[in-house]
Amino acid sequence: MTPLELDTGSTAWILTSASLVLLMTPGLALFYGGMVRAKSVLNMMMMSFGALALISVLWVLYGYSMAFGNDIGGGLLGDPAEFFGLRGLMTEDPEAAYPTMAFVGFQAVFAIITVALISGAIADRAKFSTWMIFSGIWASIVYFPVAHWVFDFTLTDDADVVTHTGGWIANQLSAIDFAGGTAVHINAGVAGLALAIVLGKRVGWRRDPMRPHNLTLVMTGAGLLWFGWFGFNAGSALGANNTAAVVWVNTLVATAAAVIGWLLTEKFRDGHPTSLGAASGVVAGLVAITPACSAVSPIGAIIIGLVAGVLCALAVGLKYKLGYDDSLDVVGVHLVGGLWGTIAIGFLLSPDSPAGLSYEKSGLFYGGGADQLWRQVVGALAVLVYSFVLTLLIGFVLQKTVGFRLTEEDEMAGIDNAEHAETGYDLGNLTSSLRGALPGSAPRRADGDIHHDEEATA
Amino acid sequence: MKLVTAIIKPHMLDEVKTALESFGIEGMTVSEASGFGRQRGHTEVYRGAEYTVDLVPKVRLEVLVDDEDAKDIIDVLVKSARTGRIGDGKVWSVPVDDIVRVRTGERGLDAL
Repeated sequence: MTPLELDTGSTAWILTSASLVLLMTPGLALFYGGMVRAKSVLNMMMMSFGALALISVLWVLYGYSMAFGNDIGGGLLGDPAEFFGLRGLMTEDPEAAYPTMAFVGFQAVFAIITVALISGAIADRAKFSTWMIFSGIWASIVYFPVAHWVFDFTLTDDADVVTHTGGWIANQLSAIDFAGGTAVHINAGVAGLALAIVLGKRVGWRRDPMRPHNLTLVMTGAGLLWFGWFGFNAGSALGANNTAAVVWVNTLVATAAAVIGWLLTEKFRDGHPTSLGAASGVVAGLVAITPACSAVSPIGAIIIGLVAGVLCALAVGLKYKLGYDDSLDVVGVHLVGGLWGTIAIGFLLSPDSPAGLSYEKSGLFYGGGADQLWRQVVGALAVLVYSFVLTLLIGFVLQKTVGFRLTEEDEMAGIDNAEHAETGYDLGNLTSSLRGALPGSAPRRADGDIHHDEEATA
Repeated sequence: MKLVTAIIKPHMLDEVKTALESFGIEGMTVSEASGFGRQRGHTEVYRGAEYTVDLVPKVRLEVLVDDEDAKDIIDVLVKSARTGRIGDGKVWSVPVDDIVRVRTGERGLDAL
C-alpha cells in the first residue's frame, strides 16, 4: 500500500454511514414495536434501546479490541488488551486514508444492531434485566469473536510483511461477506431461534390472536431500516468510491425486488398483498443483499432480492409447523435471508463486480466452478453452529440462575407494565390523562374528592 | 316510555343520525361497541397466518322515546341503517320505568 493522506471524502462518508446505521436500531425498535400487541410495545422498543446503550459501552471498553485487535491464534479472536478502552487510537495516523476512530464508530453500530435483532424472537415474555445481561454476554462471546472472523482482514506493508493478522473466515477461508450476512444476520437469526427455544412459547400462542397492533409503525420502521441500510452496505466500502456506488444501487434494487417477491407470494397464496408483507419484504431483501452487495451485478441483485422475498415469505410459516414461537420471525427473515444471500454469492459472484475483481474469482453461474460456493457454505455453517450452540448455553444458564422468562401472570397482563411500569398508549377516555383536561370533567384531588368550580348559580 | 337501542355498522352512523334528526328526536347516546352476530366476524392474514377477528367494531345508538313514537323510530333506524349486506346489526326496544332530567329533576315524559 502506498502511503496515503487523509481522504476527507471517505472519512465523511464513513462517519455519515455510521450515523445511518445507528438510526437502524431505533428503526428496528419501530419495526418490531408495531408488530407486537399494544401491551408490549414499550418493552419491545426498550430491548433495542437497551442494546444501544450497553453494546456501545462494551464496544469501547473491549469489544473493538476483541474484534479488530491483532489475532491471538487461529484467526479466532482479536487481542482484547491491544486496544482496551480504545487506547492509542486517538492520535492521528498521518498515513491513514481515514481515522481509525471512524472505523471504530462504524463497526460499533453493527454490533449494536446485531444484538437488537435477536430481541424479535422473544417478544412479550423476557425479563428486561436478563435481556440486558444476555446482551452483554452474547456480544462478548459470540458477536465480538465472529466479527473478528468475518470482518478483520490481515494487513501487510509495502514489503509484504504482515502488520496485522485478522480472522479466519475473511483470510484463511476467503468467504465473501461484504457487510455482514454471516456475522450479523445468520448470527442474530440463529441466536433468535436458540432463545425462542429456551424461553418457550408465549401464553396463548396459536390460540389467541397476536396480530400487530400498529402497522404504520412497522412501515415507518421498515423505511428507516432501508434508509439506514445504505450506510450499512455502501458504508462498508470504507470509502467514497466506486464500490460504494455499486453497492448502493445493488442494495436499492435487491430490496425493491424482494418486496415484489413477498407481495406476489402473498397475492397467490393468501389473496391479498399486505402492508406487513411489504415491510417484511424490505427487510428480507436488505438481509439477503448484505453479504453479496459488492459481489453481484445489478441483475444478480434483482435475482437475490426476488428469491429472498419469496423464500422468506414462505419461511415465516415454518415456526407453526416446527412449533417454536419466534415471535417476529427473526429466523424466517434474518437466518433464512442471511443464508440465502451468503450462499448465493457462490453462484452469482460476478467477475466484473468489485469483489470479483479484488478476489479474482467468479461464481458457479459465471463458470468459476464451485470453489467460492463451498467457501460460502463453510463460512455460513461455522457461524450458524457456533452462534446456535453458545446462545443455547447462555440462554439456559440465565434461565436456570436469574430467570429469563416473565411470570405467566405478568405476561398476560402485559410486559410493559410489569417490567417498565408504563403503558405505551393513553387513548382511553376513562383512564386517560386527558381526563382532567376535557371540558366538563373535574380534576381529582389527592384526597380523592372531586374538585368543583364555584357554583355559577347563586 | 321506551329505550330503543340499535347496533349498526360504524360507517352508517351519519346516515342514521340524519334520519333520526329529521324524524325529530330530542337526543341520543352513541358509543363504540364490538361484537358479532351470525356473520361471525372476519379473517385477517399476517405473514401468512390467519387470524379470526370475531369481535367486529360496531356503533351502539340509544334513544329514549315516548311509547307512541317507538315503532316509528325503530322503522326509521332499520331503514336508514340497512345496506342489505351481512352485519347490518339489530334494533330493539325495552320498556323504561322512569326518566329523570338531572339538571331540573323533571320526571317521566317531561324529562324526554
